Amino acid sequence: MAHVQPFTTHTGVAAPIMQDNIDTDQIIPSREMKTVSGEGLGKGLFAGQRYLSPDTRDLNPDFVLNKPQHEDASILLAGANFGCGSSREHAVWALADFGIRCVIAESFGAIFQANCGRNGVLPISLDRAAIDAMAALVARVAQRHQIEVNLDKQWVRVTEGPKNEYDFQIDPYQKRLLIGGLDPVNLTSKRQVDIDAFFQRDASARPWIYE
Amino acid sequence: MANTLFDKLWDIHTVSMDEDGATLLAIDRVMLHERTGGVALGALAKKSRAPLSPSRVFAIMDHVVSFREGRGRDESRSPGGEIFITETRSMAKEAGINVIDTDDARQGIVHVVAPEQGIAYPGVSIICPDSHTCSLGALGALAIGVGSSEAEHAMATGVIRTQKPPQLRIWIDSALREGVTAKDLALHIIKVYGADGGKRSAIEFAGPAVDSLSIEERLTLCNLAVEFSAFTAVIAPDRSVAKFVSGRPFAPGKAHWQSAIAAWSVLKTDDGAVFDNEICVDAGIVGATVSWGTSPEQSIDIDEEIPSISSLPDRKQKDAAKAMDYMGVAPGVCPGELEIDGVFIGSCTNGRLSDLRAAAAVLKGRKIAEGVRAVCVPGSQEIRRRATEEGLDQIFKDAGFEWGEPGCAMCFYAGGETFPPGARVVSSTNRNFEGRQGPGVRTHLASPATAAASAVAGRIVGAHAVAGENPSSMRG
Ligand code: SF4
Repeated sequence: MAHVQPFTTHTGVAAPIMQDNIDTDQIIPSREMKTVSGEGLGKGLFAGQRYLSPDTRDLNPDFVLNKPQHEDASILLAGANFGCGSSREHAVWALADFGIRCVIAESFGAIFQANCGRNGVLPISLDRAAIDAMAALVARVAQRHQIEVNLDKQWVRVTEGPKNEYDFQIDPYQKRLLIGGLDPVNLTSKRQVDIDAFFQRDASARPWIYE
Repeated sequence: MANTLFDKLWDIHTVSMDEDGATLLAIDRVMLHERTGGVALGALAKKSRAPLSPSRVFAIMDHVVSFREGRGRDESRSPGGEIFITETRSMAKEAGINVIDTDDARQGIVHVVAPEQGIAYPGVSIICPDSHTCSLGALGALAIGVGSSEAEHAMATGVIRTQKPPQLRIWIDSALREGVTAKDLALHIIKVYGADGGKRSAIEFAGPAVDSLSIEERLTLCNLAVEFSAFTAVIAPDRSVAKFVSGRPFAPGKAHWQSAIAAWSVLKTDDGAVFDNEICVDAGIVGATVSWGTSPEQSIDIDEEIPSISSLPDRKQKDAAKAMDYMGVAPGVCPGELEIDGVFIGSCTNGRLSDLRAAAAVLKGRKIAEGVRAVCVPGSQEIRRRATEEGLDQIFKDAGFEWGEPGCAMCFYAGGETFPPGARVVSSTNRNFEGRQGPGVRTHLASPATAAASAVAGRIVGAHAVAGENPSSMRG
């Protein structure tokens, strides 16, 4: 959370978790949030599924991120409503700390999606057929069939096999944050004059708010 | 031009639009809790920044506080949770913001306390790093659940940066039948349209059935909007809202009351205003509803059978099979056939006074079934006090319920005490995700009355199933 890497293009190993409604408690279980800080959460990422036991931390060989072909995954593929549930930004912090740079899903939980850009994680929405096609390719030999993401041009493709490029839409504000690796507080501070003027006007329009 | 209620709320708070299309939206109230708010305060302090308007920021302890009767000031229900309470407290004091501490007479769940203390009211923009902030739209507030960094941003700058969402009106016709609650209505809507059905829209709930809901029922309805993947929810404030707000500690005072009321009177959707999407629901067909799976969309009428996998749309089948496996249920089974191990009544969804009254009405003179652990945790100290004055605490205790200290309690698992793995629990909360109430715990979402009736019957039943019976003849 301290330092956000700018995002322009990225090529990496993808791991498909093709379920709907993967909620933030699956991404980072509440019991993995042990300190009042957003750091070092990568170890807790998907802890409920990644480890056979939460205490010994023996790896569950059946979980996708533990399979050799998906080792070092930096891109996730998922179904609809990824990141629904609790607003905890820890979900994005855990993904980023683990090394995930991009999540490609059919749709996202609104707060999760808003949390992504400022933490250097790119959320891409595509239709299910496109994600399924990519998932089918990378499920076989992910290390070879990496996924390439171009944020500037807004497309994504599998590096080998059929050269299908999928265009995606992204909110221009998120894009700006990601490409610049920007801190929103600094961005907004440039507008502080407008903001102060607003509050001055508003204090006479809605004095009860400021009692 | 004809505007929606949401357009109006948005416009009132729009400072400017940035070149990238993001709106700088003025935030009137920032709510924090110890689980995600402490991080925001910490991040702010680390950058040597202070909140612009500390008097408009509130920190409340609710998520990991102990719910044990007679709890200590720092006592947490989760191992190692004390640090969230103590650090949030000290950072909040350092920042000079309002603190509603564990031992404060106003303490409770943040979304319950905000209306109760008059912090949320019509026309206010209010954020909290918590997804159920959308509850507060029930009062006609612009309520937005955010991440911790956005809360930090709002404290530092007075605004959040966000894109205006699409808008969806859910028109609810006719009226709820006797004994059917706002919780049943919300589960019904999610069941019919899917957990992704709100499509990140700002939802306006409107129509005759909404108008006739009490304030507390409206809060329940809006609470569940996020389980419908909404950006937020809102209901036009009517006179009952003004009456509800009047005289509360942080509500507009006498000096400005008349102007505030006048400003609220225009907070409604104009005739002819256009929504991106509209759906219409008939409240009259809704029955007592209960979830059978691990998403709130996996719900049924309490008298129905759990559906067969093949009757579900193709893309939902895999998740449904997984959910049935986790929940230990099968197609064709009726909720009434499912024996339960636990009941939890509380949370920001259904932990208010009317919820406790509805449950107590079922429990009065009855006992919970043998082998069931039942817990009731009022949503706030204020509710707990009033329930005690009415003698509800005694009804719960006589029935065999534990009667806890306010907080989120068993709504979500954060380590620590909970129901055992595999336990089947009927819960008045809002989330039934795998493990939400503890590893392996099987959560069935339902109204407080259904939860209470199920505690008595030892199976999942609606209030009507125990209502006719002579209390003394019940099992247990
Ligand atoms: S009661 Fe449950 S849903 Fe409500 S704020 Fe607390 S944890 Fe969240």
